[in-house]
Amino acid sequence: MTIRGNDFWEFLISRDYTFFAGVPDSTFGPAYNALTSNPYLTYVPATREDSAIGVASAAYFSGEKGGVVMQNSGLGNVINPLTSFSLMYEIPVLLIIGWRGFGGPGSDAPEHWIMGEKTPSFLELLDIPYAILDTELHDEKIDQLLQSIEMQQKPGALLVPPGVFN
Amino acid sequence: MSCVKETDAVISTTGMISRELFYHQDRLGNFYMIGSMGLLSSFGLGLAKLHPLRKFFVLDGDGSALMIMGTMALIAAEKPKNFIHIVLDNESYESTGAQPTISSSVPIGAIAEASGYASTVSVKSCTELAIELERCLVKDGPHCILIKVGIDPIPNIPRITYSPNEIRDRFRSFLMENTDG
Ligand SMILES: Cc1ncc(C[n+]2csc(CCOP(=O)(O)OP(=O)(O)O)c2C)c(N)n1
Repeated sequence: MTIRGNDFWEFLISRDYTFFAGVPDSTFGPAYNALTSNPYLTYVPATREDSAIGVASAAYFSGEKGGVVMQNSGLGNVINPLTSFSLMYEIPVLLIIGWRGFGGPGSDAPEHWIMGEKTPSFLELLDIPYAILDTELHDEKIDQLLQSIEMQQKPGALLVPPGVFN
Repeated sequence: MSCVKETDAVISTTGMISRELFYHQDRLGNFYMIGSMGLLSSFGLGLAKLHPLRKFFVLDGDGSALMIMGTMALIAAEKPKNFIHIVLDNESYESTGAQPTISSSVPIGAIAEASGYASTVSVKSCTELAIELERCLVKDGPHCILIKVGIDPIPNIPRITYSPNEIRDRFRSFLMENTDG
């Protein structure tokens, strides 16, 4: 089983997440097109993941909900915005992170080996709650993450291993 | 600041620019980005898109603008009409001791212009600035006003006394409750 991109975005729309920015990752595959072509979603194609956090965080200041789409390599670009903006001001935002290098070295290109292995540790280090998306849409799992984001007023990450979307 | 209406939003970059804004003209519609050097302009872009009827004055520094130059391209591509990017160009990182930036040889205004901002001007006096601000308020943006300024630290300038949560909540209420903009 895999998740249809459109079902994923419709799920997030049903939870009021409609304002996105990001930088693509191959993990999202066609789900990316489903994001950019959905008339109920705004997507700003950022030039870097840190800008994407800046853009998407504006949603909180408008009574909307925002998210960032990124590859886990982009985590390296957002440590400072996460610590001295999102976590400091306590601004909720959903990070949807393509998990390249999932499954350890050998499962992906060499540039993903280290960040692939360290991705959960980075999030844990920053006390950022996360959930791992698997090949079926488990509403409760995502809802639980969204609840942490909104109750704790902080960023939360949905990690997306390759092969989840068709 | 006399061009700024009560319903307009003003957001400012990290370091002395935010501290000076707080010191001289603290107001409900201000957001001080006290950390995250470089992030201001993308935050302003998101806000301008979500509040299209309100004007956003984005007070950036040359160091901050150059740190994340790609955002200027993104702003140009997204074309928020209500976005006024004001770059206080003192050719230095004044906040950390006035070390030189590269803006004495790299014209930030030309970068904004080439990226496709609706207008870009460079000003050197308050009179010029007032004229250009009035123009930006009636014409569609995104606009960039580069102000060539000197290095003039205010001795013992206080830090912003609000907590990060207070800065956030005040600005959020301003944007959400006051629908006039
Ligand atoms: C990522 C990061 N690098 C460096 C600093 C240190 N720092 C704080 S303010 C500042 C200078 C900002 O320069 P500019 O935007 O030109 O404003 P100015 O200080 O000249 O008013 C620097 C380098 C920082 N806060 N964050």
